[in-house]
Amino acid sequence: MTAHGGSGDEPSTEPARETSLADALHEVEAEVQEYRPPAAGPTGNAVVAVVVLLLGIAALIGSWSLGVGSARVPDSGTWPLLVAVVLVGLGVALLVTVKKTSDAERFSRTSWLVAAGLATMVVFVLVIEHIGFEIPAALLAFVWLRFLGRESWRVSVVVSIGVVVVFYAVFVGALSVPIPHLF
Amino acid sequence: MDLSPVLDGFGVVLEPTNLLYCLIGVVVGMLIGVLPGLGPAATIAILLPVTIGIEPVSSIIMLAGIFYGAQYGGTITSVLLRLPGEASSVVTVFDGHALARQGRAGTALGIAAIGSFIGGTVSIVALSLLAPLVAGFALDFGPPEYTALAMLGILLVSTVSSGHRLKALAAACIGLLLATVGRDGFTGAERFTFDNLSLADGLDFVPIAMGLFGLGEILYNLEERHRATQTPVTVANVWPSKADLRQSSGAIGRGSVLGFVLGILPGGGATLSSLAAYAWEKRRAKDPERFGKGAVEGVAAPETANNAAATSSFIPLLTLGIPANATMAVIFGALLIQGVSPGPQLVTQEPELFWGVVNSMYIGNILLLIMSIPLVGLFVKILRVRATVLAPITVLITLVGVYTVNNDVFDIVLVIVFGAVGYLMKKLGFDPGPLVLAFVLGSLLEDSLRRSLLIFDGDPTGFFTRPISGVLLATFVLVIVVPPVRAAIRRRRTHKELV
Repeated sequence: MTAHGGSGDEPSTEPARETSLADALHEVEAEVQEYRPPAAGPTGNAVVAVVVLLLGIAALIGSWSLGVGSARVPDSGTWPLLVAVVLVGLGVALLVTVKKTSDAERFSRTSWLVAAGLATMVVFVLVIEHIGFEIPAALLAFVWLRFLGRESWRVSVVVSIGVVVVFYAVFVGALSVPIPHLF
Repeated sequence: MDLSPVLDGFGVVLEPTNLLYCLIGVVVGMLIGVLPGLGPAATIAILLPVTIGIEPVSSIIMLAGIFYGAQYGGTITSVLLRLPGEASSVVTVFDGHALARQGRAGTALGIAAIGSFIGGTVSIVALSLLAPLVAGFALDFGPPEYTALAMLGILLVSTVSSGHRLKALAAACIGLLLATVGRDGFTGAERFTFDNLSLADGLDFVPIAMGLFGLGEILYNLEERHRATQTPVTVANVWPSKADLRQSSGAIGRGSVLGFVLGILPGGGATLSSLAAYAWEKRRAKDPERFGKGAVEGVAAPETANNAAATSSFIPLLTLGIPANATMAVIFGALLIQGVSPGPQLVTQEPELFWGVVNSMYIGNILLLIMSIPLVGLFVKILRVRATVLAPITVLITLVGVYTVNNDVFDIVLVIVFGAVGYLMKKLGFDPGPLVLAFVLGSLLEDSLRRSLLIFDGDPTGFFTRPISGVLLATFVLVIVVPPVRAAIRRRRTHKELV
């Protein structure tokens, strides 16, 4: 719920009078997010709508196989089936209104930063059970600081080692959490 | 009204541990309000593992403090940097920053702090009077009423909140579906578990909230969509003059009432009420052109309203068990983890928890007033902390924190998956709030629906013949039908004008 999350149309009761406020708000948001990637095109929006639709259909099939039941004798699949029907409907509605949608962002070069950030977490969870949390945690912090955050080498090294030392002291030392650790 | 539980509540608050957690909560709230990036829902989600080791009363006092504390902190960056720390402080930018450029930053911050304090306090008093009445009324609610109430709550949060309505509703549906994962309580059948043992007991709330709100938000911010933070101006003389106070007293009064009312409504909350309060002041001003150029009321009204709303949004949670916004959904989850199910029985069955939390807000607001007037310089200094340094630390707290809940690596996997989903959702215009809210209410909704159908012997019209569920469902239908109809009428009217 940060400022950039709350973009979009504000629900106003009197659109004609409120436009100035709405416009001013958009201006502030645009200014705060100077580097915001451009909006996704109709193809991107169509893909999003199709994904929603497919999720709905998958849920529909899954619920069907659980047993549809009836209003008198609801089965395990009754409720998810109802929700899935609504989701399919919403997917169709999104597909129909593709041209009017403008709130999705295009994936740009900076999106690779996110992929890299996720990769450090995946590495963390893959190795933690084998070599403990210290080394992957320090690596994760270092990659985020030096390469994703473009901090200096000195800050990156000091902070990533410092964080692991503090975590060790708190989780292993003070709280005795059974987190896998090397030392 | 019997006052002894209220007074006992003060006894609970004044226990040193609870005072300490209240202080921790409001300080953390102030901090995250000042730092752009993580909002209150994300922060509370990340701190969920911490609350498991704490007494229920203390932990909710702390989480509540984070929520209303963030409303105070969000003002500081709005005024000084034209960079809203929270969505609920976006409108404060207009007049707050204009005042700062005229060298009156102190006045803006002072008025905001006083307005927030008054709005918060008025709202707590009103909450104390109203909440037991609502709870008493809701005691007779049966499964049909809860079905209708939960459906209406989810719908309102999805449609009233900012962003794309269809996408918010789709997110809510996905939340409802995620809530069905695991063993069906009625038939014992396993649903959507894909024969994975870790999913047999259903998905846990903690990794979902921590992933969608916490990691999702951090990943989203990695794409550098913010301006680099400038060094803020120094703030002198935070005490507003008598003339400023007189000028904004009306705005503070109206902001308190408006914020309280809008905060109760599902989906209303702090952001909407700050917008509405600003618009109202501007409309009733004799000289509206002053607004945007440093009108004190333009700071006082939204800042008062967002605090009043933050407080009153506890009413639906603590009296009906229906969270009114994303942050309340996370606090709902925190209560469930503590073994407390919020609902109409809470006031009578757990009076020390209910009144302890409510009364802690008085203390919290006093602490915040102290921090935002004499100590504001300290918080301004915190603006120098860089987001690039905080992000990896927050990520590690999340990954290690989620593990400590069940000591299970599978939870780390889940939090990363939901972190990626949360990033994609934000990127593609889906608000994760309705998903989390629907997930939290999902099993209650399905449970009450199935029980209702048993009561009605399979006849769904039974919902409409009971007065309360009937009214709630009629409102549900109106909320769906009215906006498209109005849009159609408007289109036809403009079409006629063109012809």
